[in-house]
Amino acid sequence: MDGVHDLGGKLGFGPVVVEDDEPVFHEAWEARAFGLVGLIMGAANAGTPAFRHAIERMDPAHYLTSSYYEHWLTGATTLAVEHGLVDAEELDALAGGFPLSRPVAAHPVPARLAAPPAAEPRFGLGSRVRVRNEHPAGHTRCPDYVRDRIGEIVRVDPPEPVPEIEAHFGRIERETTYCVRFTMAELWGGDADPGDTLSIDLYERYLEEVP
Amino acid sequence: MTDGHHHPEPQSAVERRVHALETLLADKGLVDEQFIDDVVQAYAHDIGPMNGAQVVARAWVDPTYRERLLAEDATPAINELGFGGAEGAHMIVVANTPEVHNVVVCTLCSCYPWPVLGLPPAWYKSPPYRSRMVREPRVLLAEMGCAVPEDVEIRVWDSSAEARYLVLPERPAGTEGLSEEELAALVTRDSMIGVARL
Repeated sequence: MDGVHDLGGKLGFGPVVVEDDEPVFHEAWEARAFGLVGLIMGAANAGTPAFRHAIERMDPAHYLTSSYYEHWLTGATTLAVEHGLVDAEELDALAGGFPLSRPVAAHPVPARLAAPPAAEPRFGLGSRVRVRNEHPAGHTRCPDYVRDRIGEIVRVDPPEPVPEIEAHFGRIERETTYCVRFTMAELWGGDADPGDTLSIDLYERYLEEVP
Repeated sequence: MTDGHHHPEPQSAVERRVHALETLLADKGLVDEQFIDDVVQAYAHDIGPMNGAQVVARAWVDPTYRERLLAEDATPAINELGFGGAEGAHMIVVANTPEVHNVVVCTLCSCYPWPVLGLPPAWYKSPPYRSRMVREPRVLLAEMGCAVPEDVEIRVWDSSAEARYLVLPERPAGTEGLSEEELAALVTRDSMIGVARL
């Protein structure tokens, strides 16, 4: 989904703030939340794509103003409620308010993005490909900043579970993934550094051949 | 805060939420203290950048290991040193050279090679890093204290599928006499993400 989590290339966030000697967990609740996420994923039989999408469905203002472990807490608790492990009203009452993520879109995956994977890789090393300009309402691992851009395949990776299918249908269907390299000028226009490149791993269904 | 009978009530809003979630999950018998303790202890103490540093130091001293590490799939070479598992099931190692500087980001979430680097620092997961590294890497690296010479190509890797990336930094000059262990002590987390040069 075209949500605020899809941050590549967005402007206005200011400098990267680095904390010296940062601890793995800043506060005790972060460690508890980290552990609880694993328990909920197991009890809900939810995979990483469903968990990621639960975070992507957070209210945009909440997402941008909360920490990483608050994302995890919100996403995992949303899954726990959706799978009937806990009750949203009881959570609200106990916590004095418990903001959860929004529901999954009515039509999260267009038919083409839910299609069965091809048996053999369609592209090879050095192929020129364009990223399809598709904007599904549900989970995807195709960021917006590479859509409709042309790049070159620099690595062919083993088949991996298609995120759209796993997140929304709970099925593991594996598809070849490719590392695709773009020039900065292709992504960001003429002022970009001419020699620098961006490489990103994309599922076959996101790509089409460029003649 | 695991037991409201013996500890003060949690104070912040997010602490109250964790407490509420934990209370309701415990009512259903879904809280496994051993599981929580095990994962927290593992990532707080045992799994971290000291693992990746061993991989880097080995590659610096052993050319055949370096070759295996830079093969299309680095996972077996990393497994050889005892590192593997969640968020590291398919590892790619990219080597810095006098001509190329590599840097890793995850624009969509927080993908990071846990078995060799541990859990990511907060800045890696922050909107400024995720938004800017794919767009103006040279500017952002300089801001972060990592000036990349003009004639060195920057390669940014956005880890958006299952592969996880580790940067192999260049071995610093003047370290010829050091042991593998001494070399590993020179390798920083940031140099293996690509936001620092050694």
